[in-house]
Amino acid sequence: MEIILAIITGVLYASGIYMILRRSMVKLILGIILLGNGVNLLIFLLGRITKGQPPIIDSTEKALEGIYADPIPQALILTAIVISFGLQAFAIILVKRAYKVLKTDDLDQLNTTDEDS
Amino acid sequence: MRTIILKSASSYLLPVLLLFSVFILLRGHYLPGGGFVGGLVAAIAFVLDAFSNGLDKTKGILKFHPGFFMPVGLMIAFLSGISPMLLAGLPLMTGIWADNPIPVIGAIGSPLFFDIGVYLVVIGASLTIIFTISESV
Amino acid sequence: MLGAVLLGFLFSLFLVFAGSYFRGKLAVLSSLIPLSLFVYFLTFIPEISSGEVIYESYEWIPSFGVNLSFTLDGLALLFALMITGVGSLVFLYTSAYLKDHKYLDRFYGYLSLFMAAMLGLVLSDNLMSLFIFWELTSISSFYLIGFNNDKADSRKSALVALGITGIGGLLLLGGAVLLGDVVGTYRISEMLSMRDAITDSSNYLLILLLIFGAAFTKSAQFPFHFWLPGAMKAPTPVSTYLHSATMVKAGVYLLFRMTPVLNGGDIWHTVLIVVGAITMIYSAVHIIFRTDLKGILAYSTISALGILVFLIGIGTQAALIAAAVFIVVHALYKASLFLITGIIDHETGTRDVTQLAGLRKVLLPVAIAGFIAALISGGVPPTLGFVGKDLIYESTLHFKNNAVLLTIIAISTNVLLFYAGFVAGVKPFMGKLPKKFEKLHLPSPLMWVPPLIMTIAGLVFGLFPSLIETTFAKPIAMTQAIAFEDFHLKLWHGFNTILGLSAITLVLGVVLYFTLKPSHALENKIAKLDFIAPEVLLLKLSEGFAVFSKYWTNFFQTGYLRHYISIVVAFLILLLGYLIFSDFSLETDFSTLADLTIYEISILLMLLMGVLYTVFTKSRLAAVAALGVVGLSFSLLFLFYSAPDLAMTQFSVDTLTVILFVLVLYKLPKYLNFSNKWLRMKHGVLSVSFGVLITLLILRVLKEPKNTEISEFYAENAYKLAHGKNVVNVILVDFRGIDTMIEISVLIVAALGVFGLLKLRLKTRDKK
Repeated sequence: MEIILAIITGVLYASGIYMILRRSMVKLILGIILLGNGVNLLIFLLGRITKGQPPIIDSTEKALEGIYADPIPQALILTAIVISFGLQAFAIILVKRAYKVLKTDDLDQLNTTDEDS
Repeated sequence: MRTIILKSASSYLLPVLLLFSVFILLRGHYLPGGGFVGGLVAAIAFVLDAFSNGLDKTKGILKFHPGFFMPVGLMIAFLSGISPMLLAGLPLMTGIWADNPIPVIGAIGSPLFFDIGVYLVVIGASLTIIFTISESV
Repeated sequence: MLGAVLLGFLFSLFLVFAGSYFRGKLAVLSSLIPLSLFVYFLTFIPEISSGEVIYESYEWIPSFGVNLSFTLDGLALLFALMITGVGSLVFLYTSAYLKDHKYLDRFYGYLSLFMAAMLGLVLSDNLMSLFIFWELTSISSFYLIGFNNDKADSRKSALVALGITGIGGLLLLGGAVLLGDVVGTYRISEMLSMRDAITDSSNYLLILLLIFGAAFTKSAQFPFHFWLPGAMKAPTPVSTYLHSATMVKAGVYLLFRMTPVLNGGDIWHTVLIVVGAITMIYSAVHIIFRTDLKGILAYSTISALGILVFLIGIGTQAALIAAAVFIVVHALYKASLFLITGIIDHETGTRDVTQLAGLRKVLLPVAIAGFIAALISGGVPPTLGFVGKDLIYESTLHFKNNAVLLTIIAISTNVLLFYAGFVAGVKPFMGKLPKKFEKLHLPSPLMWVPPLIMTIAGLVFGLFPSLIETTFAKPIAMTQAIAFEDFHLKLWHGFNTILGLSAITLVLGVVLYFTLKPSHALENKIAKLDFIAPEVLLLKLSEGFAVFSKYWTNFFQTGYLRHYISIVVAFLILLLGYLIFSDFSLETDFSTLADLTIYEISILLMLLMGVLYTVFTKSRLAAVAALGVVGLSFSLLFLFYSAPDLAMTQFSVDTLTVILFVLVLYKLPKYLNFSNKWLRMKHGVLSVSFGVLITLLILRVLKEPKNTEISEFYAENAYKLAHGKNVVNVILVDFRGIDTMIEISVLIVAALGVFGLLKLRLKTRDKK
């Protein structure tokens, strides 16, 4: 099972990097999102995967026992998902503003600091 | 997007979804859920309402700018964090709990208020982002 | 002693605030600082000459063994007196030389900074604090040499000087660390007893090379000598101070100080003698080709430094005493000659020796000082120069190897130095006064008294060499020489070989002075050889370096985002690839694949298709929709693998993200086909190999056993300590609550950023 998820992570990384390397700003953002998903999956995988055993203590028990999914990667990914929402929103708006001011979507034309370029 | 079906459904959907989000928030300590998801669900409820009834009406329901949720939520979270220091002389972020659990909600303690703070911040941030964008696009 | 060192630093700090008061007539008062220090150090003479060594130590960074330890022995006292003594006179001289200069206070600030650093250097008993003071002298001399910072060549010489001496500082640090490593202490006084351990250590050669490098760069030894003539761009008081008595002597001081620690045999002797001899003869010959008075003095200074290194290399007691005496001799006459040159320059406006003549008629006291300085420099009896030269010949004659060759080199150098002294100190005052100089008059006594004082001191010490003997020579010999033998400095040794050699030197010098006239023709001849001079070669090297770094920077800093990312990714691929393939065996457990259910397969297929569609579709809306599919597949995936919280969050966020995109997308441009096929191929290969690498990396990591300690803690204590049963939520709101708090703050910042970007327009731009 892990091997397939590892391959999927690789695919997410590869497509993320590929999209970031495009010149279009929209593709840049899509690439960042894909890459972020890849990272989430990577963290998830490193906590090992467990089927059907969520890290929730049974109502009759006082502690998690036996086989259970690792809660730490989950906590990490949960924050990562929410943060990346903020990041995406900010990036989208940044792109929108840049497009409005510079009238271009081409990242290659953003390589100077001059305002009037 | 303003279909009659969505419009009539949304007037019922908003309170139901909001209630659902509070439910998710409160059960978070025992079952899947919590402030993050609850906040996002609540935000989606408002966005849905805005889609069907128009942004101005949704804002009318809210009475104030959603951005105000953010400082309020942060303040609640912060106070719940320092409350053990003030109330019981315990270190920062130590959980303090009421002795008797309340029906439906369960045990009341400072982490619950912390989660409420998170809930409010998430609503505030998501709505600020979405409303700002839909206003200026 | 700490106070003495700090005084200069404090004074320069004081000048930062109160500088404006010291620009005018009060400037003279600043010379009270070095003067009081000079008097302070004079009071130590009785103790030192009785053979005592004074220690003082203050803790600074004891955990590194770096302390402010000071020691005052004969050597340190000699240098301290020179620094403060010459310093006093230079301070006095400056007040008249740079009278009413706009930045006079700044100049004094640098000068006292430099003086303090120099004092700290010679008093330090700790190699690390010595290094720090060493660097401080380099830095403060940078400001002094580049004082005329509105002139390009002045800035350039300052940079060259800083570069060369800075490299030396780095070498010194290396040497100090290695040395400290060998003996376990940075205190020089403790190293004295461990000489055998040092010379036997495997790092001995390296230490020696590093220390030599430091000393040679600082003391302008061949082939690092060229910064010194360049540094002549500085105002004359700076040249006087730096090159006669202080800065350039620091390297000599270091070698002197290290003699009892490092002098362990032939390498020490050979390197120092060879480098010293090359330097002294090379730059002495250069003197002939110079017409600028300062240029002549610069090369004769290098030559004198060569002599000192050479003498330390010989390393016998006689040679060390000769070096000590010659340091005094050189400081006295070279400082005087520099000051005299400054006066001539100040009054006539030229330093070209071919144009100067007959100035004795207008500048008589200066002429007297110049004449005596020339006598000292030429080693004419009864000056101290004569004593010094005798000692040099005595040590070369009695060296065990190649005594004749060394003596001949010493004689030739001395003949040329004799010439240099007379050209600089006598020639401008002889002959017929040109008409244009007839109206000159004597400058303020503040300028001509200092050289006179120094030259007279040279005469007095020559007549009574016992003054030097008891105060410096004996204490230095006692601490620095390997075996101390009693001796006496004398002006008159009777008729012997050495007297004969002195006589030969004098005769040859006089002959040279009267036959060889400095001329521009000669100067032009040597200029043709400039292309093989070390200076030019090094400058070419540095220019080449600048060109190289330009290309290097342009290669990496293109301003194109994808170049940066490509480089980072390519580098990561190389690095990770090497790591993984140097330690990798592809044996993965395929047996788990059997558990694969149809649900999982369909989720994964959906995910894969979503990703590929996002990448390859030509429509933006389709890409966003596909991205939504990816997000939904993720939430199903999380649900399937025991992460319900993640599934819910991912689902909600995915919804909001798609809404966000749809809202904004209509206002964004359509995809344009910017890049060509070849570029897409290139990026494709790059990203696919990166993806493959990540996959391999994960498989590799998964083979390592997982550390479950922390997870177990949370699993056990979530209910007991935090009264919660959803462990993920408990971690978020309780165990790691502060992290979550920071996270929601970040979320707020993002929201405010969006709000600000859209609602608050840049006001300045709008107004335009």
